Amino acid sequence: MNQKIVNEFSITVGTVNGSGSSTANNTILRAIFKMGIPVSGKNLFPSNIQGQPTWYTIRVNKDGFLGRDESQHIVVAINPASFARDLESVAPGGAFFYADDIKQPVTRTDITAYAMPIKQLIRAQAEVPSNLRDLVGNMVYVGILAQMIGIDLEKIHAALDFHFKHREKPTMMNFNTVKAGVDWARANLTKADPFFLEPMNKTDGMIMADGNTAAALGAIYGGVQFAAWYPITPATSLAESLNDYLPILRKREDGKHTYAVVQAEDELAALGMSIGAGWGGLRAMTSTSGPGLSLMTEFAGLAYYAEVPVVIWDVQRIGPSTGLPTRTSQGDLTFTAHIGHGDSHSVILLPGDVFECFEFGWKALDLAERLQTPIFVLSDLDMGMNQWMSKPFEYPNTPMDRGKVLTEKDIEGLKGNWGRYLDKDGDGIPYRTLPGNQHPMSAYFTRGTGHDEYAKYTEEAHIFHRVMERLKLKHETAKEYVPAPIVRETRGAEVGILAFGSTESAVEEARAQLAADGLKSSMMRVRAIPFNKTVEKFIQKYEQVIVVEMNRDGQMHQLLCMDFPALAPKLKSVAFQDGLPASAKWIREGILKFAKPAKSSPKGKKKVAVKKTSAKKGAKK
Amino acid sequence: MTQTLPMAGAAAPTNTAGLTRKDYQGSPSTLCQGCGHNSIASQIVAACYEMNLVPEKILKFSGIGCSSKSPTYFLNRSFGFNGLHGRMPSVATGALFADASMHGIGVSGDGDTASIGMGQFKHVVRRNVDMVYIVENNGVYGLTKGQFSATAEVGLELKKQGTNQYMPIDICMESIASNATFVARSFAGDPKQVKELLKAAIAHNGIAVLDIISPCVTFNNQDNAYHSYAWGKDHEAPLHELSFIPARDEIMIEDIEPGAELEVELHDGSVVKLKKLGNDYNPTHRWEALKMLEEAQRENQLVTGLIYVEPAKSSFTDTYNLVDMPLNRLTEADLRPAHETIKMVNEMMF
Repeated sequence: MNQKIVNEFSITVGTVNGSGSSTANNTILRAIFKMGIPVSGKNLFPSNIQGQPTWYTIRVNKDGFLGRDESQHIVVAINPASFARDLESVAPGGAFFYADDIKQPVTRTDITAYAMPIKQLIRAQAEVPSNLRDLVGNMVYVGILAQMIGIDLEKIHAALDFHFKHREKPTMMNFNTVKAGVDWARANLTKADPFFLEPMNKTDGMIMADGNTAAALGAIYGGVQFAAWYPITPATSLAESLNDYLPILRKREDGKHTYAVVQAEDELAALGMSIGAGWGGLRAMTSTSGPGLSLMTEFAGLAYYAEVPVVIWDVQRIGPSTGLPTRTSQGDLTFTAHIGHGDSHSVILLPGDVFECFEFGWKALDLAERLQTPIFVLSDLDMGMNQWMSKPFEYPNTPMDRGKVLTEKDIEGLKGNWGRYLDKDGDGIPYRTLPGNQHPMSAYFTRGTGHDEYAKYTEEAHIFHRVMERLKLKHETAKEYVPAPIVRETRGAEVGILAFGSTESAVEEARAQLAADGLKSSMMRVRAIPFNKTVEKFIQKYEQVIVVEMNRDGQMHQLLCMDFPALAPKLKSVAFQDGLPASAKWIREGILKFAKPAKSSPKGKKKVAVKKTSAKKGAKK
Repeated sequence: MTQTLPMAGAAAPTNTAGLTRKDYQGSPSTLCQGCGHNSIASQIVAACYEMNLVPEKILKFSGIGCSSKSPTYFLNRSFGFNGLHGRMPSVATGALFADASMHGIGVSGDGDTASIGMGQFKHVVRRNVDMVYIVENNGVYGLTKGQFSATAEVGLELKKQGTNQYMPIDICMESIASNATFVARSFAGDPKQVKELLKAAIAHNGIAVLDIISPCVTFNNQDNAYHSYAWGKDHEAPLHELSFIPARDEIMIEDIEPGAELEVELHDGSVVKLKKLGNDYNPTHRWEALKMLEEAQRENQLVTGLIYVEPAKSSFTDTYNLVDMPLNRLTEADLRPAHETIKMVNEMMF
């Protein structure tokens, strides 16, 4: 055996989707998490219900870098169909655990291979009924792996107890199967690979959750009252989480409801209903993914122009069209930024982790009512559907912002003299009344057609122009309200890195690697559009700013160039998309195309000159 | 709350809500002179006035088209939302959750409902959303200058369009097929019936579809066209003489002349009296309703009246068991879970 490798490797399980392996994989993930070791789990699954190859990849990293690792150190092969590919994928020196009923040759000698008698062991488990053998059988590899790399059995029990909602029978049936795997491995296998887990205390006080659940919980703490949605991967679990948690968190003694969740007939209706509810004065939202957002476009344009508060979560997946429904992406950015026909500017929130999915869950509802406009929250499949370590969710630290609403008393005070689209405060945000207001002067007529400051129909050229200019002013005002970017400055940094969303962990890992090589960088994670002053200042400060994102065309880069044309020559794009979660590898390689570590060349100055040349090339494009 | 109402003219009569007819009016119509839609707008004004509804308790909705312009022409004191083409139902569905005590009146057209909006139409019906859904049905697209709509009869000839090749969609049949709880057909040339049906539709708890043949005087009013005034007048075959009696209005009930064939009690205690005309027709049987519509098509008749009603059903918002206070009057105290719950939530994660 080579030198021990502790708490710094990845495990990939190749299995068949719909075979119940997700319980097993989540159990491994949670048990490692409970051992205090930083860990992430990513389900790389096909758009299929049952029978297709699927992979689950777990990254263990003592330093907390939890982006996807492109090297696979430990591979567990359960699926005959992907056996050859799984075998091929093991990194040299890695370990290969495989079900011994797969009668295929293990042709590699540079790895350690362990055959697992899964079928035989599960048949010996008398308490497992024959119809559950395939499902529970996955626990055998959990046990064997636990024995071989050192997963704490107590933590496995805790993970199973959580998964089965503290029901003893299924918990014990699965746990006993895990133990059977452990016992067999102890008696029959000799450790020959270098991978070990050792307890740490780096997850103390943390929770583990997925972004969709966090978003739904955040919305509930934001007082969501209405949500309409249409099933779509990877957003479905967001709406389903509302259904799971609303009855618990908004329970009343009289058993009545302060909310409604409606499964609509399509995404057009989902946003239509949410807009109706938002117009009616409810905290309203919908959740979807790219194809659904495409269908919502006309309604989004109407809500922008009619100034209706509504929150739209887009859990991004690969597009265009159906694209790859189960693969992650940051590809809806430019589409969302100007969604709708005619001139429009969207307010977009960009959560970077599960914690921010919760935070933006409630903040988005505040912003929608404050700014009277659709608020788009762009998450992605990786963040939305995978389990992430997170700081515990924090209770909202500000009271709800219900925005500018005039009550009966207010209208009486104004003697009925008010205008729905009148800019009284000079910030571009008008006042509104809510249906049900009983004052005879409260009502107004909402329309997508031309309207004046009093919501009356008009086709007057100068009035339309005025209305559109005010909407532009409102977008400027939005800069004061949206979440500010996160900036991590490094003293003496030669380059700025700008990223957003779920790529953060991979970007940080790439930065750490580059710093070790001698390239110092500062980092800005943008959390909202419109961009505020801080974004502009960051770009101004560095000779070049590399924009890292998970799409083909460099969409964030495009938007920044549009907003800051004078700074555009400094902005470089590292954009990559293949459907898999971001990895430090391509980010690092991408950055190196624009900036070289000083250390690699004895003459640092020469390197700077090279950098300038490449900057010029970029500008010419 | 106490409110200062605009001064009514001394002589103008008021209803029991203390309002004059003027309080229910809208802005002047910009539709063509003689358009059936204008007549329907005045009947909406009359029906709401006579039912003593407060305009602030009514929400108006529409999609896109001539019909959808009309909510501007009635109930100026009501909130209104003129949405997207074919998408009025979804906006109304969401908005009616804001304050479930409000009455919803949606106005659509045959293009807005039977073509681009067919999906949302069928689903708002299926959900039994508590609103009146009026289809101002004239068989043509007016604002785009006279194309056939999906309700135009096969063989209809229009100057620029030639001959319509396709079978028409029957709004009432579609409604019944989608389990509507109130379906009626009327004719803009029969304002009294329109008004009584509107009242019953407003009183109904759930979706009330009113398919009103409303001639387009500019593009489709030839004497032989199904959606024309002349054809309607010649071929209208009312199922019954219909009168709406509001709940707890004992004097009216005593006044009803004997001979009324059938009474249908609606959710709020009001009653629709259906006086027999010719054949017996009972509007509480779906199958009979479909059969009658099929026969009317074969016999080339414009059958009008209450075609189907199922008064006992609970509406869409009823099924959500909402708090009594309108949802849009709830505050942070009602909506944000208590501080101590955040600990529990974090424990529910892993």
